[in-house]
Amino acid sequence: MMKRIACLTLLTMSLLGAGLSGCVSVKEYQKSRINDADMELSARKSEKFEQNFYLYREGAAGANGGKSGGGCGCN
Amino acid sequence: MKKICLSVGLLLSLWRAGQAQQTPTYEKRKLQVAEVNLVSSYYEQGGQNSAVTGGIGSEYLRDYAQSFDLVLKTTDRRNREHSLVFDFNLDHYTSASSDQIDPLTVSSASRSDTHIYPSISWSMRDDARRTTKGISVAYSTEYDYKSYGVNLNFSKLSADNNREFSVKAGAFFDTWTVILPAELRPEGYGSGAHGDRDPVDYKPRNSYNLGLSLSQVINKRLQAFFTIEPAFQQGLLSTPFHRIYFSDGSETVERLPGSRFKLPLGMRLHYFLGDRFIFRTFYRYYLDDWGMKAHTVNLEMPVKLTSFISLSPFYRYSNQTAVRYFAPYGQHATTDRYYTSDYDISGFHSQFFGMGIRLAPPGGVLGIGHWQSVELRYGRYDRSAGLGMQANSLTFLAKFK
Repeated sequence: MMKRIACLTLLTMSLLGAGLSGCVSVKEYQKSRINDADMELSARKSEKFEQNFYLYREGAAGANGGKSGGGCGCN
Repeated sequence: MKKICLSVGLLLSLWRAGQAQQTPTYEKRKLQVAEVNLVSSYYEQGGQNSAVTGGIGSEYLRDYAQSFDLVLKTTDRRNREHSLVFDFNLDHYTSASSDQIDPLTVSSASRSDTHIYPSISWSMRDDARRTTKGISVAYSTEYDYKSYGVNLNFSKLSADNNREFSVKAGAFFDTWTVILPAELRPEGYGSGAHGDRDPVDYKPRNSYNLGLSLSQVINKRLQAFFTIEPAFQQGLLSTPFHRIYFSDGSETVERLPGSRFKLPLGMRLHYFLGDRFIFRTFYRYYLDDWGMKAHTVNLEMPVKLTSFISLSPFYRYSNQTAVRYFAPYGQHATTDRYYTSDYDISGFHSQFFGMGIRLAPPGGVLGIGHWQSVELRYGRYDRSAGLGMQANSLTFLAKFK
């Protein structure tokens, strides 16, 4: 388990390193598209209850902006 | 509660230390309503693998959910923006499987239930330091379950505002009322139903979450988000009214280990193509120490038909392996140490697809200036576990500013 976690962390960091090296500096006035409401880097407000049913009907949870604790989801 | 108090104390001391180093340059402004969101949802599912009846039987469930959140903002004398969010959520559901906890009475403990979960969040954005810090407290209650939660978060923006690193930590302190299936209650043990004075047990379940994330603007049209959110749970992690039928025909309740470590890693890439198309992609890898591994991908493609109407078709696929303690109805051996027939943690793949439509007229919806947008979203969910499970979800969102 710990070995897998270490491998995954290393892989993620390598991907991050490779990805970020290709970034360009974007000025505020160039962010009209980046700042569009649909570009927001999180789940949408209208997905709120969908996130809940994923949490209850599937074993995997987290890393998606939904809650990952509290409430039993037992029905 | 001690942990909550310590966390709040730590955050307040950080906040006061930050205050002491700044010079006032701006006038304090009043607290103003910045945003109000109303979300209504209807969810219905069907299936024949209920864990309450040992992995067989109806999973039919209907859920009506309402959410109301109010965002208030103000700026202090040091030009820091304070946000206060009140979030109130309510679900009311009817469940065929829960009705089987106590099938011989009309006062089944959980045939229908109302789940109420409000939260209050405060955050402070300091543009001079490019930091945001915040705290939220949450409460959740349903018939047999109570939960208290606290979350702390901190984020730091890069000098060019193109990169943000965030850290969050949270804890939930929950209590189960141990409601057992009718035929498995020891002599003198209560049903948990209203009016039954026989005692029942209470068991804790605590969850601790940590989240580290990085968001990055890659160019004028592309941005990315990476996150890792380890979580640890301990306490009663099984559901006390889930039945197990062993291969020899005997019966008991679900039994699972008292702790679970989860590790999800998520990544988002959002790309704006031309003037009309946006690609929202999400991938998550998940593993835990119960033997489950899962992959989830999500693609949503908002299309801007006009400047104020957009359509958003979406597709989500998820695949998970079963926890090592899962076996279907009648297949567990009495010698097993742990056992569950809950298909939510079995091996399956699932698909969720549908469409959303969003209207945001320039003069407000129906000419009401503050009613900024309205959104309607429908999705169909299919899960391959056991005999299969299907669900439909319909959500309505109204946003006011």
